[in-house]
Parts: sequence; structure tokens; C-alpha cells
Amino acid sequence: MKTFRRGGVHPDPSKITADVPIAPLAASAKVELPLSQCIGAPSVPVVKPGDAVVAGQMVAKAGGFVGAPVHSPVSGTVKKIEKTRSPQGLWQETVIIEADPESVNPQPLAGRADELKPEDLKLEPSEIVKRISEAGIVGLGGATFPTHVKLSIPDGKKAEMIIINGAECEPYLTCDDRLMRTCAAQIISGTKLLMRAVGVDRAIVGIEENKPEAIEAMRFAATVSPGIEVVELKKRYPQGGEKQLIEALTGREVPMGGLPVDVGCVVDNVATAYAVFDAVCRRRPLTQRVVTVTGPSLTNPGNFLVPFGTPISRLIEAAGGLPDDTGKVIAGGPMMGRAVSNLDAPTTKGLGGILVLPESMSRRPAVQPCIRCAKCVEACPMGLEPYLLASLSRLGRYEDAARRTIMGCIECGCCSYSCPSGRPILDFIKLGKLNLRKKK
Amino acid sequence: MKELTISLSPHVHSGRTLDRCMWNVVIALIPTFAVAVWTFGAPALWVVLTSVAACLATEYAIERWLFHRPCTLTNGSALITGLLLGFNLPSILPLWMVIIGGVVAVGIGKMSFGGLGQNIWNPALVGRVFLLLSFPAAMTTWPAVQSGMDAATGATVQADASTGATLLAQLNAGHDSMDGAHLMDMLVGHMNGSLGEVGSIAILLGLVYLLCTRTITWHIPVSVLASAAFFSWAFGGNPLLDLLAGGLLLGAVFMATDYVTSPMTHAGQILFGICIGAITMVIRRFGSYPEGVSFAILLMNSFVPLINRYMHPHVLGERRKKK
Repeated sequence: MKTFRRGGVHPDPSKITADVPIAPLAASAKVELPLSQCIGAPSVPVVKPGDAVVAGQMVAKAGGFVGAPVHSPVSGTVKKIEKTRSPQGLWQETVIIEADPESVNPQPLAGRADELKPEDLKLEPSEIVKRISEAGIVGLGGATFPTHVKLSIPDGKKAEMIIINGAECEPYLTCDDRLMRTCAAQIISGTKLLMRAVGVDRAIVGIEENKPEAIEAMRFAATVSPGIEVVELKKRYPQGGEKQLIEALTGREVPMGGLPVDVGCVVDNVATAYAVFDAVCRRRPLTQRVVTVTGPSLTNPGNFLVPFGTPISRLIEAAGGLPDDTGKVIAGGPMMGRAVSNLDAPTTKGLGGILVLPESMSRRPAVQPCIRCAKCVEACPMGLEPYLLASLSRLGRYEDAARRTIMGCIECGCCSYSCPSGRPILDFIKLGKLNLRKKK
Repeated sequence: MKELTISLSPHVHSGRTLDRCMWNVVIALIPTFAVAVWTFGAPALWVVLTSVAACLATEYAIERWLFHRPCTLTNGSALITGLLLGFNLPSILPLWMVIIGGVVAVGIGKMSFGGLGQNIWNPALVGRVFLLLSFPAAMTTWPAVQSGMDAATGATVQADASTGATLLAQLNAGHDSMDGAHLMDMLVGHMNGSLGEVGSIAILLGLVYLLCTRTITWHIPVSVLASAAFFSWAFGGNPLLDLLAGGLLLGAVFMATDYVTSPMTHAGQILFGICIGAITMVIRRFGSYPEGVSFAILLMNSFVPLINRYMHPHVLGERRKKK
């Protein structure tokens, strides 16, 4: 079975919501749409307070080539454009819409009737990229990099294949798993559109072995599609890291500081592929996504199809409410997700999971001296020396850390996860990277 | 509203703690301890207990009254030092010497550098070598152990306090023969030597446990043993005999693999192991000491910072960059 070569850890998968079907969840009456929902320039509002909007209407245009527009998932009236708090408590410019009560439900997922039409595959590649760009599609795996930028292959580079990321190696999260089981045909259709957009005839879908139903569904959907291969991957974190996935599926190494396209690959998440299908074939902008709401103490954990702009607290309510023993709420998975301080913050394009951890799992182990056991070096999937980078960063020797490729860190967390002394290795590495970026 | 904990990712931990790693080593040492007591009787028990007590007391005293730090005895690291030091001593060593060894091992070998994780040399070996250089006669006097044939017929093995040369010393003196009975004795522990050197099977059991629990990786023990076997053969010796006699196995499995004093990368660990094997065999063949493992490990401990400085893992995607 295929996997990446070095490092990696085996956290408990804890996929407690794997068998819970996707349930639609209505937006609240007040829909908040932050303008910074992708890596890149913040979007620029094109509506003003008092304007009426209809569902699917663009409320903010892309702030640049590396940027994406934001669309309203609901019909209603723009109330305000003001700063609100992000899930982490940071200020962010937000369009606030008062929704008409009858428009708050999410659009149903594509069904059997919504198939790829033959004429869709005859679309010019530039037209496909244009539709993707207009729909505001960004990488839904969490990185939120605008998809049309990835599809615009730079001069001198050549794409050879599309890689679809269905690894979902983060513990607890099951949104991609459920989407693959529910909409495999549409994901494969989206993949075909992505292939046409960059002019390649080959695609590989990588899925971790612990999702047999998803693998079967995707294989079935891909049977009549020559050039699309569904590959089972070993269960190992971070199998879904972009560079690790490329290495696992093709054996190629993305050069340090380079992009996947340097080795001929364009990587997109399964949810992104689905969004591409929705955008190109059904002309639907990206206004909703599947979010896993999970945690050991939740009474009703599940996978919800939810419009953007819905408060996180509403999702937790749908999952049975915040348990009494809650200690930490995480946006994303336990390995790379970010702790949430503001439960009223809205869901955004990059949010694929809400994880509620009980108090007993919310504290870090006590920090003890580094015993130089080298477990972090063994665990690092990038082949870095986390103990060294953390020490250099702690001492403020950022340039030395840069010489030891601190910027190559993908922040997967394997080092801190495996440190017997419970040392905050990744914290210091992040600090070093931040300071190096500031200096530039 | 409820107070929410905020921290950076990752939000989960493997659960494999420092204490767990250390106690795994302690568990892995139990078979060796058992063989030592079986072979040498009560004196072995007293030597090991004294050594452990001296190490624990030294660590406690220094942390309490010198460093003013919370007590860390429960993490098992001083216990391991005590056990390993005991295993490196003859069973008839006067107990006051054992105490000196324990104080030196923890006091100078570990705490003088700042405590756990800071020391350059393996503390137990620092203690042992200190004793070897200070009391050379006492440290190389072993009780004679009866042949394994007696054990096979059910006779009780009694260790009396007369002096006997170890196999290695005999080897060094030019006796280069080994027969089947000898080999059997070496495997089950019926031979002369320091406490923990004698039970090869017990040590290998410990190795299997350490590997299965992923406490250590194969790189150091395998490279030490392979290298020692190779150089034994290259110097015209008997590789099997060299592997089983003396402290090579104990050193390769429990001493060279000490986290703190071994290199951080697999490649570095293999180089480290190869050098230990080579130096051991050079000392055994050409040196005046019959035994060279302790010196080889301490010597290579000194090179660990250098190895860490120049041997780095391969960074994903870096080879292509150079092109």
C-alpha cells in the first residue's frame, strides 16, 4: 500500500461520525460573511448596507489575482459591513446580512440527476477556470488557496496530472469521507473538469485505507473514466499533506520552497473537486460546505451541510449542544486545527470541522527537559530536526534556524505529538517562522 | 460562558511520556537482573540495591538542596543509572565502593551538567570507569562460577568469592578456544564477569522488549554488534565469542542506546554504533584492558555533538533543489 517515505505518526483516528449521513443545517437569521476567507488578498465588498441580495449573489469581489469573491448563501438585506471577531478572536472585516427566513436552508447536494453533461467537457479550459474563479472556489482542505490560481500553470511549467486529496488523515474529521460516499460521481466529474482545465489526461485520487466505503464509491464512479485512478493509501498522519501525498502517489519530491506544479502535479481536495463540479455544471457559487461537528462528549455528533456565515455555536447546538465538560473547541482537526475562543464567529470556506474536546483532553502534558530521544526527528515527515529548530528559535537565532530549513516545516504537529517530554516544539518553530517572515 | 482553553496545535499527544520510556527500560532490565541474582546469588542483589539507592539518594540530595528543583525521582532515570551501574560491577565489590560509584555516576556524570538531558557521557559508565581507574584490582576480581554442566544436572550454582579470570581475560591471554559447553554457559549466564554481562539471552529479551515498545530503534544495537563482529573477524578473532563475552551486549543494548548521549539521526546513530564496535575490538585486541566497551561508548559519547552537527536527515525535496 502506498505511503510517504519518512516520518509520520499514528494518532487514534477517532472517526466517530464516519457513519453519520450529511444533514442539512439552516443558516441563522444573521449571516456573517468575513471578507478574508482565502489565503491572499481580502475581498472587496460590492454591496452596501441597505442593499437587497439574493442567494448566490456576489457580495464581495476578489481583492486581486490571488483572491476569491464571496457570495451570499441567502437572500436578504445587507445590514452592516463592519469588523467582527474571528474564531480566534481577531478582528476581521465582515458583511452582515439579515436573511429572509425562507432562504436560510442550504442548497441540496447534487443528486443522480445532476450529471456531467457532454457539452460541459467541451468547454474551453479558460472558460472552466473562469467559472471556478467567479464561483469563489478556494482549497477546501483547509489551506484556502484560490483554486483558479493553482489551475493557471505558470509559463515554463507543465502539469502532468491532477491529484485529488481524499486522504483525510486528520483524526475525527469525516466531512470528506461522507462527501465521497454521497457524491462520488460529482467529485469524479469535477476531477474531469480540473483535468480539462489544465490539459492533462491523468488523475490520481488518494484515499486512506480506513475509508473503505469511500474508496469503493469512488472506484465505482471512476470505472468508466480512463485516466482516473483511485489509490488506497496507508493510514498514517500526515498522509494528506500536499507534499506527502504527492510523494506517496507518484514518488516525486516537491522541491524545498517549490510548488507541486514543479513536479507536474496539481493537488485539490475532494470537496474542492465537488465545488468545481457545482460551479461549472450547475453554475453555483461556493456558499456552503460539509462540516464535521464532533467530539468525545457530544451527544449528537455529525456531518452537516451548512451555509457559510452560520455561527459555530449553532453547529454545536445541532450536535447536541456544548457538553458540560468542554475544555476546548477546535476549528479543524486535533493535529492542525486552531483553538476557538469566539463561538459566535461564523463558518467560512476553510472550516471543515469543529472538534469539541472535554476538559480532560484539553491540557498539554507537563513540560520536562529534552532528553534528546530523537523521536521528533523520526516523526518529522519533512526530514527536519524539530528539536534543533525549536531550540534555535527559542534562543532567537532565527537565521540559523532558516539555514536548517525551518521554513520547510509544514506545521503538521508530529514533533510535538510524539515528544515524550511534552515540549512545545511546534510552538517555537511557528514563532521562528513568524519572525523570519516579519524580517522579510 | 464557559472558559475555553486556547493553545496552538497539535491538540493531542501520543501519550508516550518520558516516564513511560524510562520505565520501559527498567522493565527491559528485569531479566538481566534476574539472571545476575541467579548466577551470583545474594551479593549481586546487594550490589544492585546499593547502587540504586546511592544513585537515587544523590539525585534527590542535589535536586533538593543544590538545585532547589522539584523532585524528579519518579521519572526513573536515576533508577536506570543505578541499575546499569550495578550491572557493570563485580558481585563481590565492597559496598562502599558501590556507593562511591553511584555518587560519581549521578553527581558528576549527570547532575554536574545540569541534570536529565544535559549530560555528555553516560552516567552509569562514568561511575563504572571512575571505579575501574580508582580500584583496578577490586573491579577486576570476579567470583568463580561453576560450569553450566552442574546447573544442567540440577545442582545449585554457588558463587564463591575466589578469584576467577573472565573469558575475555583468558582470551586476551591467548586462549582462543571455545567449545559448545562454553557457548551454552555464555548464553544462559554461567560465566564470570560483571553482574549484567553474563546473561546474553536475558539481555536479548530486553532488546526485543525495547524494540517492540518502540522505546529504542534497531540502529544503535545492530550497528554496534555488527561492527564488533566484523572487526573481531577482521582481527582474526571469533566473532560469536566476542559478541557474547564481556559487556558488549549489555553496552550495545542498554548503554549505547541512552537517549541523552546518542546521536539524533539514524545515520548518525549507525556511525556512532560502528565506531563503538570498532573501538571496542581495538581495545580488546590491542589494548591492555581485556574489556573496551565502556571506554568505546564514553569516547563516542564525546563525539555525539560533532555527529549531530554534521549528520542531518535528508530534507524532503532538498536533493532536487541542488540540481
